[in-house]
Amino acid sequence: MQSTRQRYWRKNLQYLAVLLTIWFAVSYGCGILFVDALDTVRIGGFKLGFWFAQQGAIYVFVLLIFVYVFLMNRLDRAHDVDEVE
Amino acid sequence: MTVQAWTFVLVGISFALYIGVAIWSRASSTGEFYVAGGRVPPVLNGMATAADWMSAASFISMAGLIAFMGRDGSVYLMGWTGGYVLLALLLAPYLRKFGKFTVPDFVGDRYYSQTARFVAVLCAIFVSFTYVAGQMRGVGIVFSRFLEIGVTPGVLIGMGIVFFYAVLGGMKGITYTQVAQYCVLIFAYLVPAIFISMLMTGNVVPQIGFGGTMADGSGVYLLDALDGLSRELGFDAYTDGRKGTLDVFFITAALMVGTAGLPHVIVRFYTVPRVSAARSSAGWALVFIALLYTTAPAVAAFARTNMLNTVSEVPYTQAPGWFKNWETTGLIEFDDKNGDGLIQYVGDAARNELTIDRDIMVLANPEIARLPNWVIGLVAAGGLAAALSTAAGLLLVISTSVAHDLFKKGFLPHISERTELLTARITAGIAVCIAGYFGINPPGFVAQVVAFAFGLAAASFFPAIIMGIFTKRMNKYGAITGMLVGIVFTAAYIIFFKFIAPELNSEDHWFLGISPEGIGTVGMLLNFTVAIAVSRLTPAPPVSIQEFVEEIRIPRGSGESHEVSA
Repeated sequence: MQSTRQRYWRKNLQYLAVLLTIWFAVSYGCGILFVDALDTVRIGGFKLGFWFAQQGAIYVFVLLIFVYVFLMNRLDRAHDVDEVE
Repeated sequence: MTVQAWTFVLVGISFALYIGVAIWSRASSTGEFYVAGGRVPPVLNGMATAADWMSAASFISMAGLIAFMGRDGSVYLMGWTGGYVLLALLLAPYLRKFGKFTVPDFVGDRYYSQTARFVAVLCAIFVSFTYVAGQMRGVGIVFSRFLEIGVTPGVLIGMGIVFFYAVLGGMKGITYTQVAQYCVLIFAYLVPAIFISMLMTGNVVPQIGFGGTMADGSGVYLLDALDGLSRELGFDAYTDGRKGTLDVFFITAALMVGTAGLPHVIVRFYTVPRVSAARSSAGWALVFIALLYTTAPAVAAFARTNMLNTVSEVPYTQAPGWFKNWETTGLIEFDDKNGDGLIQYVGDAARNELTIDRDIMVLANPEIARLPNWVIGLVAAGGLAAALSTAAGLLLVISTSVAHDLFKKGFLPHISERTELLTARITAGIAVCIAGYFGINPPGFVAQVVAFAFGLAAASFFPAIIMGIFTKRMNKYGAITGMLVGIVFTAAYIIFFKFIAPELNSEDHWFLGISPEGIGTVGMLLNFTVAIAVSRLTPAPPVSIQEFVEEIRIPRGSGESHEVSA
């Protein structure tokens, strides 16, 4: 039982590492650190860096949470730690 | 019908709706009063969280701030949404599994210490009062401009409404009224945005419209036109940044982490039935928030373009109606320096003749774009919904902190549930009155202290909770010193630059070029560092606490309460 829980927790931490890397990349990366470089690319009326800072990062945030919900629900069931209805 | 008549009708209908909902959902136990009995469905909780979170600042001030800051306004957009990712992934599911009522509950139990609980209670109360004063000011602005009944009676009416549903209904009443308030505020935000987007770009979706071309047939992109217009008048280009990259980085981080550490947001995740519901509820909250937050930058760009076009070089005597209306409130000031009778609105401060308060952009926007009167009334109702819903959530945190954390868990552990509930209601009542006082006599420093609220939440709660969940080794010595160091450092920095030596508040004097708005991030890093160092040098927490951490990491068994004895 103990080792199942440890595997569950390790897997959870791996998911967090990947998702939070993406979270950091779209906001602090594209929206702040590399914004001027990305601004040389244009999509319609938007400079790309500006778009990430004012629109894109927020859309990715929403997606990240729902991906996390999906992954964790699956993980809960696989390790038999999900909540009984 | 006139603007004023429409405003009365729409505000009246929305207030009647809130009262109706409040009567239908009264609270009868402390569980219902504090966390709505833990039975709110995730989508509804997401909506309530969104209304709770989106305050007068989000609804009224944010688009105006962005309109004047251009790309630098992104710190608010990313900062106030990115925190939800941290909440959903790092806090919400575990706090729901813990399953008590408040943030100090978690801090006190996890760190087996009344001192830790007490530090957390003081932070929660301070952060919440700071915030609630700002909400009441928002209520005052809306009432004085649109209903012309003066700030004082306006705030009194607002207080009456909040008192009614927060004191009677507790968290249960607040949650369901917030759902109604979300619907009102998002409708009120989107309708004018869509109208203006259609007028200016021919696109019904503002998020796409502001990247499109102007509808005047010139084929020029709106943002290019705005950049050009800004440069022509001597302002910086709208889509360029002015703040230092490091400062933008730290401000965004402080706002994100602060969001994830605000007690009135965290407590919402105690109200859902299960751990998995806490995760998805954070997702829904962000969906509902993103709807407004992705619209806001579009509104900002439209408003800025419209404003520059309608006032620049216009004879003062022919200034549009909205200009005169806002001038009477003192939020627009015109000073004809060169005496030519024209309005010069330019980047050069010596020649500029027009001062516009940023807070009026969203409220004045429908008038600037000459939208129908009912839309203007709707915006007033939306602004009130945003301010009242946030105020109610904060008042609940204050009353819970006092009744539950200070009395029940602190000085008077033997009071009955009935007495505790009565104490919570009385505290909520007193808190409403104090908030109302600040709304009528706004302290000049409201805007400054908001940086305080976020900075303190970032430097105190967030690290303490994260380490409580993710490291079993963290003990009470580490957590308490960490929180104290974080708070003292952050508070000292902000107080120095905002109150003691405001004349030094510029980039040259800041630590590494980090403004007081972003210093909470440094406070948070200090908190983590100090806490980890101290915990390594002091005894590990008791076995029961390590088991408690094991237990909150898995979802199963979330229905039960988790008493720990230390």
